[in-house]
Amino acid sequence: MTAQAVVRTDRRRRLLHRAPWWIAALFLVGIAVLWIFPFLWMLSASLKDNMEMFTGGLKLWPSTFVWDNYSRAWNDAHFGRYLINTVVTTLVTVVIVTIRCATAGYVLARYRFRGSKLFLGVLIATLFVPTGYTIIPVVKISMQLHLIDSLGGMILALSGGAYVSAILLYYGYFRQIPRELEEAAVVDGAGFVRTFFSVMLPLAMPVTATVAVLTFITTWNAFFLPLVFTFSRPDLRTVSVGMQAFVGETATDWSGMAAAGVISIVPVVVLFIFLQRYFVEGISGAVKS
Amino acid sequence: MTSRSVRFRTTWIWIFLVPTVVLYGVYTIYPIIASYWYSLVEWNGFDSGQKFVGLSNYRAVFADPLFWNSFKVTLFFMLLVVPARVLLTLLLAMVLNSPKLPLIGLLRSAFFIPVVTTTAIIGVVMRFILDPASGPISTALMKLGFGGVDFLGDQHLALPTAAVLYVWKFFGVTMIYWLAALQTIPYELYEAARIDGAGTGQLFRHITLPMLKPFLIIITVLTVEETFHNFDLMYTLTGGGPYFHTEIIEIYIYRWAFAASIPQLGHASAAAVIFGLLVAVVGALQLWGVYAGRRLRGDQR
Repeated sequence: MTAQAVVRTDRRRRLLHRAPWWIAALFLVGIAVLWIFPFLWMLSASLKDNMEMFTGGLKLWPSTFVWDNYSRAWNDAHFGRYLINTVVTTLVTVVIVTIRCATAGYVLARYRFRGSKLFLGVLIATLFVPTGYTIIPVVKISMQLHLIDSLGGMILALSGGAYVSAILLYYGYFRQIPRELEEAAVVDGAGFVRTFFSVMLPLAMPVTATVAVLTFITTWNAFFLPLVFTFSRPDLRTVSVGMQAFVGETATDWSGMAAAGVISIVPVVVLFIFLQRYFVEGISGAVKS
Repeated sequence: MTSRSVRFRTTWIWIFLVPTVVLYGVYTIYPIIASYWYSLVEWNGFDSGQKFVGLSNYRAVFADPLFWNSFKVTLFFMLLVVPARVLLTLLLAMVLNSPKLPLIGLLRSAFFIPVVTTTAIIGVVMRFILDPASGPISTALMKLGFGGVDFLGDQHLALPTAAVLYVWKFFGVTMIYWLAALQTIPYELYEAARIDGAGTGQLFRHITLPMLKPFLIIITVLTVEETFHNFDLMYTLTGGGPYFHTEIIEIYIYRWAFAASIPQLGHASAAAVIFGLLVAVVGALQLWGVYAGRRLRGDQR
């Protein structure tokens, strides 16, 4: 046998060996398509006209592409406005939450001070406080502070949620950084603040990315708080609340609603596709710690 | 260090904590405590005054059959959802963990996508997909010769349907938990066992299962806790209906506090406090579970 033939049979054997895996993969791809079917349906529905929505059933490919659905969702159903509200709320909340969790995680991990143990204990005790429990006092105090019915008040309330896991992620990360690094910075004449911002925070970039991505998605998808905060100010709705309101107001415009859904969901899905790694890391952190 | 620099440092420590102390204090800690006070007053609307009434709100809540209904729905929903989420995800995670599987990244992403999408929007869209008159599922069923099924309008079907959708929506989270757990098992262990002649079943029984046991506790309790946060899906999907058959406690609270023509915030707060205690009890179980898990893992080393 020539060397070439050996290579060829070898390759064939390897292909044969891998065949069951490919069959399994194809089977799983089939399931995965079913899995994301609701999104595919929504996408196709957003391009059908309202008549075809009723008669088309499960068929995905629209017979004519009706782009007008998007302009209806954007203008008539105010999703342009809702999208801006959501983007502003989400970005500001991400900045606030990331900074406050980074600084808190840092001092809790690196310094022992009176109350540090208690502080951590209280944080862990509130790990799972549900919004349904805190919502009434949150609304009441927001009214007293004249923060209800405003985007700013909603942002503050969203940033004030527990976010314990974010603090714990920073805590765990800053804990395992060796002392020498900090001491070297101090020898170089860096003060408390400089040490944090020019040495420690840059080191924690992976955690920052994870916390930012997780907070982004949590805030973008938040529903309970934005719902309650915008009862009397429809112009401040976020996309999730807007979608719920859409059903009540124009119950017949299904394809417009599907278009609104696509507008609302695409930003998070795109973000997820590009920053998937950080997202997965953040979630698996809960199990590892 | 001199006492001045220590004091200087302490000042900075607290400045670093201020944003968290203020925001988390006002919007998480204060509400937890204030709920107890609010549960003891009669208070009909955020603008009106509060009158101390002792425990009568609690008596009213305990006497309300609809509260016990929502309590039952919440627990029953948990029982429906948790085993499916924990066990089915383990199966998928084991498949998606095998290094020989092609397209693994793509598959993982596909199964994860529902997690990142907005729950409230999923609820609304699913209502259309499941619409008995003209939704695509019904149309397809009718074409196949079946009658249309009112998944969300039927009182026996609504909760199981919501449970299936919930499992679908959050499947990816538990799958990632399991993948993280599986990745703690060194691959060499499997290879060594296979050289020794172990079959797939034996590998699973003697390596995978024992190595995963400590994680099972943690993952189960994390999943249980997550099922308490289900307002978004239930509210947009069924709003608690048909006739309170899917009214979880969070919707019960919402109904008394925000959806009633005369809000009864004291009554809602009492229900919220009981709900908070329920979550706390399960949370305490969790801490105990994590502790037990740690000890189990420690024993094996």
